[in-house]
Amino acid sequence: MTPLVCPSPSQEAERILLAHGGGGRLMHRLIESVFRPAFGNVTDLDAAVVPSPSGRLAFTTDSFVVKPLFFPGGDIGSLAVQGTVNDLAMMGARPLWLSAGFILEEGLPMDTLKRIVASMQRAALEAEVQVVVGDTKVVEHGRCDGLYINTAGIGILEHDLSLGPQAVREGDAILLSGDVGRHGIAILAARNELEFDDPPRSDSAALARPVLDLLQAGVEVHCLRDLTRGGLATALVEIARSSGLHLHIHEEAVPVCDAVRGACELLGFDPLYVANEGCMVVILPESEAERALTRLRQHEVTAKAVRIGRVLGNPGADARESRESGGDPGADAPGSPCLGADAPGSPKKGGVVTAQTALGSSRVLDMLSGEQLPRIC
Amino acid sequence: MCLAVPGRIVSIQGHDLDRTGRVRFGSVVREVNLSCVPEADVGDYVLVHVGFAISRVNEAEAERILEHWRQMGEEPQPEGATP
Amino acid sequence: MKYLDEFRSADLVQNLLRAIRSAVTRPWTIMEICGGQTHSILRFGLDELLPREITLVHGPGCPVCVTPVELLDAAGRLARMPGVVLCTFGDMLRVPGTLGDLFQARAEGGDVRIVQAPSDAVRMAQRNPDRHVVWFAVGFETTAPATALAVKQARMLGLENFSVLLAHVRVPPAVEAILSSPSNRVQGFLAAGHVCTVMGTAEYEQLARRFRVPIVVTGFEPCDILEGVLHCVRQLEAGRHEVENVYNRVVRSEGNRQAQALMAEVFRPVDLTWRGIGSLPGGGLAFTAEYERFDALRRFDGACDDLARTPLPEGNGANREGECIAALVLQGIRKPNDCPAFAVRCTPETPLGAPMVSSEGACAAYYRYRHGQAASLTVTSP
Repeated sequence: MTPLVCPSPSQEAERILLAHGGGGRLMHRLIESVFRPAFGNVTDLDAAVVPSPSGRLAFTTDSFVVKPLFFPGGDIGSLAVQGTVNDLAMMGARPLWLSAGFILEEGLPMDTLKRIVASMQRAALEAEVQVVVGDTKVVEHGRCDGLYINTAGIGILEHDLSLGPQAVREGDAILLSGDVGRHGIAILAARNELEFDDPPRSDSAALARPVLDLLQAGVEVHCLRDLTRGGLATALVEIARSSGLHLHIHEEAVPVCDAVRGACELLGFDPLYVANEGCMVVILPESEAERALTRLRQHEVTAKAVRIGRVLGNPGADARESRESGGDPGADAPGSPCLGADAPGSPKKGGVVTAQTALGSSRVLDMLSGEQLPRIC
Repeated sequence: MCLAVPGRIVSIQGHDLDRTGRVRFGSVVREVNLSCVPEADVGDYVLVHVGFAISRVNEAEAERILEHWRQMGEEPQPEGATP
Repeated sequence: MKYLDEFRSADLVQNLLRAIRSAVTRPWTIMEICGGQTHSILRFGLDELLPREITLVHGPGCPVCVTPVELLDAAGRLARMPGVVLCTFGDMLRVPGTLGDLFQARAEGGDVRIVQAPSDAVRMAQRNPDRHVVWFAVGFETTAPATALAVKQARMLGLENFSVLLAHVRVPPAVEAILSSPSNRVQGFLAAGHVCTVMGTAEYEQLARRFRVPIVVTGFEPCDILEGVLHCVRQLEAGRHEVENVYNRVVRSEGNRQAQALMAEVFRPVDLTWRGIGSLPGGGLAFTAEYERFDALRRFDGACDDLARTPLPEGNGANREGECIAALVLQGIRKPNDCPAFAVRCTPETPLGAPMVSSEGACAAYYRYRHGQAASLTVTSP
């Protein structure tokens, strides 16, 4: 005789049910069976209590909605950790703690969630951060694409520099930590919009280690910016607009792998605008450039670091009076939060980015209105 | 207008309107309709626009004009040098 | 990539520039017809490299830009109909009509999909028998054969849930309109190489003779474009006006006969009002009687009932979109940055006219590659 089995949902469900977000037994089971084994330090209290380090903190948040959930070189889980770690690293902060909020779609296979959570944990270990607090909600089937993740992160600044566009100076060197466009094209390949012999892997990676290495070695970094959706061009335009300076790069110096180059030709994309998730721009005094490159090249994620251009000064300075006066946006003010890289500061006049083409002519790089669309004509 | 990219035919299947082929563009491979380039064979380069081959690339002609431009650099005064 | 990289060689570009410099003695105004060429010229900064005597003006060769507002609105209405999937190229989604653009239609619940080939739309109709798939067909003669093929395939498959909103346009009538305009300043043309790949060069012979203007069939890579300019300049300097083909690695004088036959079976030329240009005799394509049942405007009677009623202003006047000078830009009479609204009230986010919308529209290309360059840029090595 088979023993009687209670029909209540005591066994582990194969798919996410609305009840997994309902605050009851299933939700606790989900936390105990999926989240806690991965994130050993996650609190079961209402908030994580962490020791208070002395000095300045960096605090950031980001949400992840990538489709598909898995792609060559990463998945939504690793991206959710690395993206937030990188935001902290771009302020020169040592990432310490993360929160993770999950919005799950009813019907999501439990295995999928487990894989993603395991990947988050791996990424967190690699980046030396701890996920200390989390939240889960479940929405009805059809109301989200499998799952969304929000992470927030806290990091500590172990230096006195005020990194950001306001610190950029005329004559600075512009370095790039790797080849551009690989995340964007890897996602297209994963969506089966393009077929490759050997699909490019997303460059998705945490950049904290090389950044901390630079800072610990005493390299005088002025500005760091990771390349995300708008690619290299957009990152540079943001810096130029915030600093009011003219950034000039050499297109030929920007590394682009063959797969990305070919895909861009076919779709009519400009690789300078295709997304990255593990690549950054480093702006620092010319005298520090070689030392920084040597250090960056010792790390796997920034092994291909190159110099791509320099800061030329303010192109409109003598033609127009600068409307901005007073302190630099982002400068420290006691008691008020330090405005981070994404703060919506008003663009300064004169900020412009130009690229010298392989033919010796130059063109202006501006932001695009949105995502690049395949150009047919 | 009309973004068209040259690629090399890797394989061909089907006939008439359904004559299609796998065409390689660098490391990207794409299915392309070859019905309007009946002369194109495996190994040939075709010019592809919206998944549709509109011409076979004349490789000799491509080489000829490149050579012509290279020679322009060697001539001290290239005036009147119509190909 | 083979057949692209060699044609961008900096050394060969220098050789061609030297040849152009030694050929030119006077100012000449040359129009590149095709938006793809405009894109290349600005992307590689070719106009900067050319001698001062040569002015390149940018033609109407952006099918996205010249698509009549009425057809765009029809597309917007079709996309909002329950049960309809509207498929089109990525370029079309940001073009504003009076109902907003197709992103707006999507935001309001319309099903708008970006495809990379017309045959993808046919496949979608096959896979979704409960939906009606409308292929919003834009493009010049280069693209029309692929649409013709898709329609033939749909007929062979017996698909009842597939139709086409036809917005294909023909280039020669536009060239003729530009040359006939009393304010025309174009002295020589670079003809669109990929249109000629399909259509051949015969259509341009009589235009060159009648208007005594050199027409050089030109490719899209930097060396190709400079070769086109070089031949155009040599003809102008010598007082010649012929059709020359300098893109003969893909263009044959007779064009692609198979593609022409496909087009002739499925389409016939009709008059069409181009956005920003005006009514062009033979400027558009309609279905032949045999294929009329694939016409989305017939299938969805009323989706575009204002198409015939409100003709756009003709010729060289300002565009009806207020201060926008798109009409003058598309005819090469003015440059995008001559417009008082350029980059001020007219940007890719808030376009007043179509050329600011499509990435290969002349205004958008200027915005992307030139905006901000007014400030003198002293560019030194890094």
